[in-house]
Amino acid sequence: MKPDHLNFYIDPSRCIGCQACVQACSECDTHRGESMIHLEYVDRAASVQTVPVVCMHCDQPTCAEVCPADAIKRTEDGVVQSARKPRCIACGNCVMACPFGVPEVYEDRKLMMKCDMCYDRTSIGKKPMCATVCPSQALFYGTAEEIERLRPQSIPTNQFQFGNQVITTRVLVMAPRGPVGITPSVRVTASLDSGLASPDPFDEVEL
Amino acid sequence: MATPIPERETISVPPDGRPLDQQPAWRQDFPIDWPQDSYIERRDFVKFLTLTSLAFAVGQLWIAGKSWLRSRELPAGAKRIASTADLSVGATLVFDYPAPHDSCILVRLAEAEYVAFSQKCTHLSCAVIARPDQGVFHCPCHEGSFELRTGRVIAGPPPRPLPRIRLQFEGDEIFATGVEGGMV
Repeated sequence: MKPDHLNFYIDPSRCIGCQACVQACSECDTHRGESMIHLEYVDRAASVQTVPVVCMHCDQPTCAEVCPADAIKRTEDGVVQSARKPRCIACGNCVMACPFGVPEVYEDRKLMMKCDMCYDRTSIGKKPMCATVCPSQALFYGTAEEIERLRPQSIPTNQFQFGNQVITTRVLVMAPRGPVGITPSVRVTASLDSGLASPDPFDEVEL
Repeated sequence: MATPIPERETISVPPDGRPLDQQPAWRQDFPIDWPQDSYIERRDFVKFLTLTSLAFAVGQLWIAGKSWLRSRELPAGAKRIASTADLSVGATLVFDYPAPHDSCILVRLAEAEYVAFSQKCTHLSCAVIARPDQGVFHCPCHEGSFELRTGRVIAGPPPRPLPRIRLQFEGDEIFATGVEGGMV
């Protein structure tokens, strides 16, 4: 069981896109040689900024809610595990439902596999593989006191709003410190709400 | 209404946030939390054990009933096989007794000595071949041998002797009148 005082912190602004986490992830025994981490480009046309996407381990796992085969389970320590192999029917419902885009269906073995926070490691108090190799510590695994000392400018948050759905997660994201007294909340769909879509980089520009 | 079971601690909150006793019953049957899930499996396992042993008990009763019914069946009647003139000494004759497909084999050992046995080997039901010169019934499938006179196993894998066919003579005619030890 994962120790309660250790948490997983993601600081996307520190990610340098080195892919070390992607390589390290495939070394973990629970993944059988597959890398479960997605290193996403935020806006490939305009920026080199990357974001490591690991499973956020939601308190109300939407992937498990939509699973028709009862295959996705959450252990007592709050870690949402990969699909149970005997149950998973590779329908891909979880892939559609996950607000963070984490699960992936492997058609060759008819199985959904996702980040399980390196459960063989974290359950005995070790760090997940990605956090052990991340050179800029964009992926950090440790106590709340450590992260507070290391990142005084940021505050960890685990509340996300997708439309009307508020999601609390076990994994925390470092957000820049806002005005005092306001709980930081990452508005993922803010641009959709305001009706202001970001400019399309492939739009024809009048000269 | 679904009532929470004390030893199954809930950690995952349903999306609407209402307590478990206000949730539909299927949430208890398909819990997201691992401990609850394995709890269900344990209960299912006990159910499986009970139903399986019940099925075995019913199966035993069915077998007992079948064998009781079979024991009440009337014994096979007499059937004419051949006349003594048909067989020379040392010759064999295959006939069906008591049912049309139950092959049996009649051997004339001496001038006035006849034996008949079921032809079905007691090992895996191959047809045995009489070898009066060697004094055996031989089964070619797995090299089993039975004594010609008594049907006793003398070699090979067969577990039981060949069922003997009772013979009766009326003048020149030979009749089969019954099976000793029952056909298998």
